[in-house]
Amino acid sequence: MIRQDFNRIDPKRRNVLDHRKKQFADPAYKETQYPHRLNFYATPPTADITLEQFEQWAIDRLRVLAELEACSFRNKSPAETVAHMKPLLDKYLPLDSNSSPSTQLPLQRQKDHYSHFILRLAFASTEDLRRRFTRVETMLFRLRFQGDDTRERAAFVQTLSLDWEAVSDEERRELSSELAATAAAANFAGAKKNNAQAVEEETWCKVDWMRAPDLVEQRRVFLRGGKAYVPAREQQSMVVAEFTSRLERALELTARALPRLDEDDRLTPILNHLSKNFITPDAGYSSSSSIDGAEITARNIDTTLSAHFPACMSHLHRSLRRDAHLKHYGRLQYTLFLKGIGLSLDECLLFWRQSFHKITEDTFNKEYRYNVRHAYGDVGGDSNRRGGGYSPYSCQKILTEHPPGPGEAHGCPYRHFNLENLTGLLQGGMGVSDRGVLQGVKEDKENQKFHMACNRVFEHVHKVEIKRARDDGIMSASQLETIVHPNEYFKRSYLLKNLNSKTAPQSQSSQKKEEHDVKMEDV
Amino acid sequence: MPHSVSTPSETVPNATEPEMDEAAAATTAAENADSQQSEDADITMADDETPTTAATESDDKKTDTKEVKLEDLFPDEDSDDEFPSSSRPTQVKQEEMSSSPEFPSSPAEIGASLKASDPEVMRSFYQRLFPWRYLFQWLNHSPTPTNDFGHREFAFTLQNDAYLRYQSFPTSDLLRKDVLRLMPSRFEIGPVYNTNPRDRKTLRNLTSFKPLSKELCFDIDLTDYDDIRTCCDKANICNKCWQFMTMAIKTIDVALRDDFGFKHIMWVYSGRRGAHAWVCDKKARTMDDQKRRAIAGYLEVIRGGAQSGKKVNLRRPLHPHLSRSLDILKTHFQEDVLEEQDPWRSPEQAEKLLQLLPDRQLNESLRKKWDSSPGRSSLSKWADIDAVGKTGASKSLDARALLEAKQDIVLEYTYPRLDIEVSKKLNHLLKSPFVVHPGTGRVCVPIDTRSLEDFDPLGVPTVQSLLQEIDAWKEPEENSGKPVQDWEKTSLKPYINYFRAFVLTLMKDERDVKVKRERDDAEALEF
Ligand SMILES: [Zn+2]
Repeated sequence: MIRQDFNRIDPKRRNVLDHRKKQFADPAYKETQYPHRLNFYATPPTADITLEQFEQWAIDRLRVLAELEACSFRNKSPAETVAHMKPLLDKYLPLDSNSSPSTQLPLQRQKDHYSHFILRLAFASTEDLRRRFTRVETMLFRLRFQGDDTRERAAFVQTLSLDWEAVSDEERRELSSELAATAAAANFAGAKKNNAQAVEEETWCKVDWMRAPDLVEQRRVFLRGGKAYVPAREQQSMVVAEFTSRLERALELTARALPRLDEDDRLTPILNHLSKNFITPDAGYSSSSSIDGAEITARNIDTTLSAHFPACMSHLHRSLRRDAHLKHYGRLQYTLFLKGIGLSLDECLLFWRQSFHKITEDTFNKEYRYNVRHAYGDVGGDSNRRGGGYSPYSCQKILTEHPPGPGEAHGCPYRHFNLENLTGLLQGGMGVSDRGVLQGVKEDKENQKFHMACNRVFEHVHKVEIKRARDDGIMSASQLETIVHPNEYFKRSYLLKNLNSKTAPQSQSSQKKEEHDVKMEDV
Repeated sequence: MPHSVSTPSETVPNATEPEMDEAAAATTAAENADSQQSEDADITMADDETPTTAATESDDKKTDTKEVKLEDLFPDEDSDDEFPSSSRPTQVKQEEMSSSPEFPSSPAEIGASLKASDPEVMRSFYQRLFPWRYLFQWLNHSPTPTNDFGHREFAFTLQNDAYLRYQSFPTSDLLRKDVLRLMPSRFEIGPVYNTNPRDRKTLRNLTSFKPLSKELCFDIDLTDYDDIRTCCDKANICNKCWQFMTMAIKTIDVALRDDFGFKHIMWVYSGRRGAHAWVCDKKARTMDDQKRRAIAGYLEVIRGGAQSGKKVNLRRPLHPHLSRSLDILKTHFQEDVLEEQDPWRSPEQAEKLLQLLPDRQLNESLRKKWDSSPGRSSLSKWADIDAVGKTGASKSLDARALLEAKQDIVLEYTYPRLDIEVSKKLNHLLKSPFVVHPGTGRVCVPIDTRSLEDFDPLGVPTVQSLLQEIDAWKEPEENSGKPVQDWEKTSLKPYINYFRAFVLTLMKDERDVKVKRERDDAEALEF
């Protein structure tokens, strides 16, 4: 039954299928065969699946993709990512090689195939979602490609009909010194073989250089007349690039065909639900992680606390002070953040009451008090109260949901401000005037690495403290990894700036105290 | 000067997102600005993209609260083109510009006494000398108007420094008319968009307004060589330091042709102390930013700012592009750097050299030797490195490391210093060829790479001299009967001839490719 929905995607594609149908001279759709573990997802699914499978498979894949994205946000190395992802992949999206004894191969591959196409539908609607989907699907493909059995991988690559031209022996001899230099330069990590030998053993292929832009950028290929000469072991990066560009094109086609999908009202809610839930699962922040010993009160927000705010909250706070007002999403984002840093409900109500000083008590009680209490889980339905209200927003949520409209101050300045206003905020609000940092932020923004920009600013503003925390072993590497939540930004900033006070991280406090004493003596 | 445009929506002053402009929202004056902006969104000031009309008040405020001005921060501009005037940019409504076609005065009397940026000088130049037809054909890739020209963005810098973006013209004649009406001191060329840039606001949403193609551009400026040139600094140049430009053009040009296979590459003098490259092959024009970044990365060797120490740190063996570059550059290093620039003559300067060498003991010996003979030339000092090295002054001397450090130094002192941002972005704007540099009056002429060594930037004609040449021209005895155009009467002629030949080859290739593509398209049924 779902089959029809795929076929409705694109008339051209249907033609392809119809054409095939004729070829097989079989009125029923042929079951898709999966001779390879890896898949470029060129052909849409044709067999029927249940609505339950439809949803469950998509959710399972989404879990994997979201976790992969989280790994990249945390700057995990490829090896760390592999280790981290292994149990998840085994559980939600196993994909065994042909040599495996598993009897589940066809089912695994079908699930992989179908879940990919379901998510295409869910993520084709906006350019943002398409870009994110392409990025994480590419990460998943690369992960699997690297882990694949060498021979099976080669067989799979054969099927892609990538018009790679083999470099003839004659040409290889003619270019031997250039190729040797390229191979060695690209291989600085260090095969010890002598270069001539390396060239002999390496198989080279020739492609249009535009098919391997990242290899060109790093000078890891030899170029002549617009052709890149690629050594065999670099071909992975080209297969991956090919995967990305084909997926990009396919998603655009899907996007154009999407309106027609509305005809099936059973799928639309599922798809909407899927795309809305594409948030990093563990980027949530429990409000229990407030800081021991810090005095978090309404009164202290201006005086001591706001110095530790990330740019988004700093901007909300300044807007609030300037206008004595914030619009709905701004209040929500800010209230939840304040809740996350440990501001009690009473203090929070006091804070908003004082901040909205242009309105009457009556208006405040009628229009605003309830929302704050609701966010804290003080009122509302059972589940809201049981769950303690809403969780503070993660960077992912702030970056992707409810982009600010006219008059709204919420969102992420690194993403939602233009460069000029962002620079103004960083200089005026955050005290960042270092050219190198601002240039870095500019590049991060251009590359859409908003969390990198934010972390860059954090590291700059706290560089002295971070160095000390590292050198003295006060904070572990995991306590200093990439920030993906505004409340983590606050907490880490607060701890770093108070390294000498009693609010140091619990685990190291005794050890720290000793050092502290020694220093006192030195003085 | 190129203007970086990150996304089209950001460049339309915050008409759509006024809340983003914090400073503007802070003042009530800005609210008026917002409403006016939406009508006047075409007119933005150079560089900071701030609306200029009623926002002046908030604008001033903004400048006050900042420690660093935005335009000072990001080094992706060609400061070659700064204007002598320091007056604040003000906007002049288009209607207020004089559009009455006054009868032009005699070029000679204009040329002799007036500044290059004078409206009368500019008018005569645009009317009588500017190669409109070839510019059109160059950008249009065909003799009959297409979207390649019609959807192309032009940006005008007016005499009062106001900056007009998103101008576009169906034909070269309409471009010429508007230039004569507005008399910009210069204009820039941006990308071809998917729709007419003037219609961008009628689109359903701004994100569907997209740049499709633009030439791959390079920008090299002698100010980036200030830490290694000794003859001049800042805006000044002479034939000695122009040699850096000669070597840069040689190195980049050969890489673009031999490695990337591009054929239609035009180098243009920027009017004062730099050069631009326009790579016009169709394949180059349609590259996305990722591919532009790839080329930029491939060609970029000098990394790091003033505080970064050793700027070239290459892996060994050298990539073929780098060993070829080194071959091209080492003669220039001897002659144009060591002999002409003599960059390490004083002890302080020599210290810079020593910092780039790897062996402490060897450095000690060299320092001692140089201290005892003050004023020793850079040429001798460079030779000393090997000579002293051979005497065994350092027991731990690693000959290979020393050789590699010396190669790195040669590259640091000769390899092209690209303003790489210009090359990375499809939607960067770059000054048009053949406009006049308002500071020097020199025309931004193409540089013929076949006789690159002969190019003399100080001999490039100025607009004033050209206008005089028109008047001084005498009809030859033997008249061919063909009417002689004004530019043919001047020393601009060889440059325009070169440009014309370049454009013709480009158009011819384009036509051949088009025919082939249409044939292929008819056959392929793409997925
Ligand atoms: Zn000079």
